[in-house]
Order: sequence, then C-alpha cells, then structure tokens
Amino acid sequence: MSKKTLIPIGPYHPLQEEPELFKLYCDGEIVKDIKWETGYNHRGIEKLSESKTYEQVFFLVERICGICSTSHPFAFANAVEEIADIELTNRAKYIRSIIGELERIHSHLLWVGLAGHFLGYNTVFMWAWKYREPVLDLFEMISGNRNSYAMFKVGGVRRDIENTKIPVIRQVLGDVKKKIDLLAGAVMDDPVIHARTKGVGILTRQDIIDYGAVGPTARASGLAIDVRKDDPYAAYPLVNWKVITAEAGDVFAKAEVRLLEMYESISIIEQCLEGLKKEKEGDIAIKVKEIPEGIGNGRAEAPRGEVFHFVQSDGSNSPARHKIRAPSYVNIATFKKSCIGQTIADATISLAAVDPCYCCTERMAAAYDLNSGDKIMNANELINASVKRTNEIKKTINSQL
Amino acid sequence: MAVNLFYFLIFPGLLFAAVVGAFLSWFDRKITARIQFRKGPPLLQPFYDFFKLLLVKETILPKHGSPLIFLLAPIFAVFGATMSGVFILLPLLNITTGFRGDLLVIFYLLTIPSFSYIIGALASGNPLAAVGGSREMKLILSYELTFLLLIAGVILKCGQQFDLYSIIQTQQTGTPFIGSISGIILFIVGIFCIQAKLALVPFDMPEAEAEITEGIFIEYSGAGYAMIKLTKYIMFFILPAFLIALLMNGFRLDGIHILWAVLKVLAVVLVITLIRNTNPRVKIKQAIKFFVIWMNLLAVIALVLIEFGY
Repeated sequence: MSKKTLIPIGPYHPLQEEPELFKLYCDGEIVKDIKWETGYNHRGIEKLSESKTYEQVFFLVERICGICSTSHPFAFANAVEEIADIELTNRAKYIRSIIGELERIHSHLLWVGLAGHFLGYNTVFMWAWKYREPVLDLFEMISGNRNSYAMFKVGGVRRDIENTKIPVIRQVLGDVKKKIDLLAGAVMDDPVIHARTKGVGILTRQDIIDYGAVGPTARASGLAIDVRKDDPYAAYPLVNWKVITAEAGDVFAKAEVRLLEMYESISIIEQCLEGLKKEKEGDIAIKVKEIPEGIGNGRAEAPRGEVFHFVQSDGSNSPARHKIRAPSYVNIATFKKSCIGQTIADATISLAAVDPCYCCTERMAAAYDLNSGDKIMNANELINASVKRTNEIKKTINSQL
Repeated sequence: MAVNLFYFLIFPGLLFAAVVGAFLSWFDRKITARIQFRKGPPLLQPFYDFFKLLLVKETILPKHGSPLIFLLAPIFAVFGATMSGVFILLPLLNITTGFRGDLLVIFYLLTIPSFSYIIGALASGNPLAAVGGSREMKLILSYELTFLLLIAGVILKCGQQFDLYSIIQTQQTGTPFIGSISGIILFIVGIFCIQAKLALVPFDMPEAEAEITEGIFIEYSGAGYAMIKLTKYIMFFILPAFLIALLMNGFRLDGIHILWAVLKVLAVVLVITLIRNTNPRVKIKQAIKFFVIWMNLLAVIALVLIEFGY
C-alpha cells in the first residue's frame, strides 16, 4: 500500500460555512479514503427542549439551522399536532406552505451561489445571492424577520399574510422567476460547468437506498422521495405540483434538481396565494388548551431533505422527550461513495453538492447510571450494544421461522 | 552601471512596473466588483494591502519547514519578475538594449516567479501547499510549450528576429501582427497562457481557495506575502505588456499615441478580467489537456498559416 497524505478540510475551511473536519487520505490528487468528525457545534438542543414549554420550543428549534429555519418548527408542529390531534384552518395551512416554499427558494439560491464559489465562479456566487435578497425582503414584510421568522405555533401560525400583501408577493416572485431563468441559463449551458460537474460524485439509485439519503440528493439519483408527497402535510395536498427528479446522480443533476425545484416552489406559492384569497382573513390559528399524553412523529421536507421530529408528551406543558433528525445527518454518509476515487477538486464539490448543514447534525449519546451518575457507555458502545441486540433478535426470529 | 541600476530599480523596473501593476490590479478588482454588483475597492487599495502586509502584519514562520528557503522564495520571485519586466519594458519604450536574443531570456525569466512559488510552498511543509505546489508544477509543464510556440510564431512572422526591439519596429513600420488570421489565433493562445501564468480563474487551481485554501500561499504572512503581492502586481502589468509587444505593435510615446498605449493595456487586462469572471475553475487534468492538445494545436495551426503568409 502506498503512502497516503492527509489533506484536512476543516475544522475551519473556506469550503464549509460551519466547523467540521473532513480527513481526505490522498495518494497524489486522488482521494483514497475519507473520514469526518463533527461535533464542534453541539448545543444539546434535544435536552434543552425538555426544559421549555411547547410555545418556547418553536423558537429553540428554529435556531437549529439558520438557513432552513422554518423546517424544524414545521416538523415539530406536525409532531405536536399529531399528539393533540389538531386540524388546522385552511388559511394557516396555506401560510405554512408559503413560508416553507419561500424558504426552499432562498435556500436553493444560496446553494447555487455557494456551489459557484466552490468552483471558483464567484460571479454566480454574487449574482445568486443578490437574487436571493428580494426573497428575504419578502420574509421581512411577512414576518418582520429576514431569517428565523417565528411564524409557527401549535394550532396555526402567529401572523397572517393579509390579502393586501398578495400582489406584492406575486410581483416579487415574478421577478425572482426571471432571475432564476437567467441563472439557470448561465449555469446549465456553460460548457466549463458541464466539464466540472458532469460525472462527478455519482451516487446511484442503489447507493441512495443503501445510505438512506433524502431530499434533492436522493431525487437527483432518480429516487422520487419527498415528504410533501409521501406523507402530505399543510397545504401540499391542496395544490398541484410534481416531484422533480433527475437520473444522473452527479453534481450537475443535483444542481438541476434544485434549480427546477425553485420553479415548482414558485408555482406552489402562487396556488397557495390563490387559495388564501378564498379564506377568511385572520382565521390563522385555533386555540389549543393542552397537549395530552402521547407520542407524535412530525416530518417536513426541508430544502435539504426530510426533517424528522419525535415528541413524547406526558401531559405537562413541555415535551418529555424530543428527538430530532436533520437531513444532513443521513446525506453526509454518502460521501463514502461519492468522494472516494475522485480527485481533491472533484471531492470538494461532491462534498458541497449535498448542501450539508452540520449544526443540524451534531449529536452525542451516552448512557449514565441514574443513581450514581457514572458514565456506563459512550456513543460507540451504545451503537455496538444496539447492533448486538439487533442481531440477537434477528437470530430468534430466524430460529422461529 | 548606474543607469542599469536605475533601469532595474526605478524605471521601468521595480517601482514603475509595481505601481502600474497595482493600478491595473485595482482596475481588475473594480471591474470584477461591478460585474458582481459590488462597489469595489478604492483606487489606492492595492497600496494599502501591500503596505499593511509589509509594515503592520507580523511574519509567522511555519514550524515544520525550512524558514530560510521559505522566506527567500518570494524575493527570488520579485527579482525574476523585475528582471523580465526590464527586458520587456525597455524595448516597449523604444530603448534598445542591443541584446539580440532577449526573447528567450524573457521566456526563462518569466517562469522564475512560478518556480519560486513552488519552492516556497514546498519549504513551508504544509500538505495543502504541497498539493498547490504539485498543481503549479503540472500547470507550468502544460502551458510552457504553448508559450514557446507563441513566441516561435512571432519570431517566424517578423522574419526570424530574436529580439523584442526589432519585433516592435517591424510591426510599427508595417502592420501589427494581430491584423492577420494567424495573429488573432496567437493572441487567443497568448491570453490563455497569461491567464495560466497569473493563476487566475479558470487556471487558479494552485491557489483554489475553496479547495486547498490558497494552496501555495497558505503559510505566507506579513512581509513574505507582501513580496508575493508585489510579484503579482508586476506580473499583472508585464505579461499584458509582453503580449502587446509581441502582437499589437507595442507602444509609441508621442502625443495621442500615449493614450493608445494606455488603452491597449487596459483592453488586454479587461479581456483577462472578463475571462476570469465568466468561468469556473477547471481541474488540473482538464487544464493540461486544454493546453497540451487544444492550445498547442491552435498554435501549430498559426505557425502553418504564417508559413503560408496569412
């Protein structure tokens, strides 16, 4: 075996906005192996959440990720509403979907810009981010904040989108659509971009299934999974839209899926605005008295894939257990497939192509003795114990068959 | 001796080339900023950058490296750039050095900055710098032959004159070489060679911020990095000037022609800036293929055309 050089990407590196460490073991320019360490951002949100009331948890989960800051409240609301069996008003559903889709547009535009930057194409970077600004301004108009909109609460939304604002939103969306046309033209027809991204970091359909990847990463490999279709929530069943997929599974396909998804999002928002007009103004939330005992699973399609929240309620005013799984957690694992065998230049853009978001991903696990407070197992031992137990169960099932 | 020292240090060498190059780099940054909807830096920003690095910032030496070579490399780079600057700019200002065959010397001197960068990068002991150094080395191997073919084409075109002064004189008495098909092809080849020599997008893989965090320069700071900046300023002026001397009949320094000279430099820099703002970075493999196959092919076609008098 030849000697390998360790090329570190991180803990602080211009490629990634957040602290993480990718260790590329390279032979010359070829990446032979990859390992990664996250955990620089661990904030103990699941534990924190248990000490907050349901109303406060929305503000907490909103701050898990700055970019997809509405997908976590979305999933959490879905989970809590499943426990309490709440049916939203149509107006609240439409507003939720509008916020979710606006967020998808700005997040995908952000990714297009960043991908341009990673390829050394800073003009695309600056243009995409400039075109993203009007979307953020829309958020400011609707919610008062450019990011972290604080729009969600149990049983509905906090603020209404008044009918007088609808024409403004329409107009901005029209402008954004034109800009996306321009950007899509510049990116999709550029032969040098084709040379850099086509056939790079390919994930086959089988890889996606094996690693359980979600979101645009999965859809770019021809797997049409989308929580909005598979487990409909909010206003998505009420409007017409289709799941965008591409077949190639390379970086170019991922860019293509994201660009086309923005058009879908615009179309969803326009239909929601149409629906909004038919509903009574101000009818945005129903009063929720208490959350009964029970468990709830909430899912939402974030710009990066499926966000999953599990909430266990003991009938008090705060969650007894709150478990979060963000899309990047599963998507990052695909790097083993997409990066090994590539050059460093290809590996970096493959890393960026799943649009990883590390602060959503951080977690730690340990088992403590309740009485003495001693640590019994660390995360690895817990995983090993779990694997062992699963194998034992499999054996018993097999012997019974 | 004194006049040679003056040539080297003040005009048209170190000081003049660096100041003009700094303004050109401001022009490049300003145009880039306007393309990207930004405001762009003030006119004196390149000087602020340089003097801050030189006088204010401390120089940090890598622990696992060879500090002497690491610090000497940028100085070699400045010397190489300045020397080639003198050889290029003197004929351009219609001062003959009387040195027949200076083209080949310029060709060698122009590679010194790149080699110095590689030496400095490898002396720093940083794995990312090593990757950058290996990329720069591959890049040099790929574009140098093309650059030589470009010079060969020009030599052939003006009837086997090996010095820049006669090449410029031939063009000024006759027509500029760019006015022919072969001249245009050589100009395209030359622009891409300059792009690679300056390590600008699409050929900036030795630096590649998002991949290897400035690669070859990652460990440089303070005065050492100031010297690299100085080299870059000088190269940013003399490489376009070299292309103008080879193909666009040089400068004439009387009356309205001075304006033409300035416009010519700005036009070449503008082309370079536009290329770097409308392309992503290519991979090193693609760059090698681009130069070794396509650019060499183009240069050979130009040579053949010159043989047939086009």
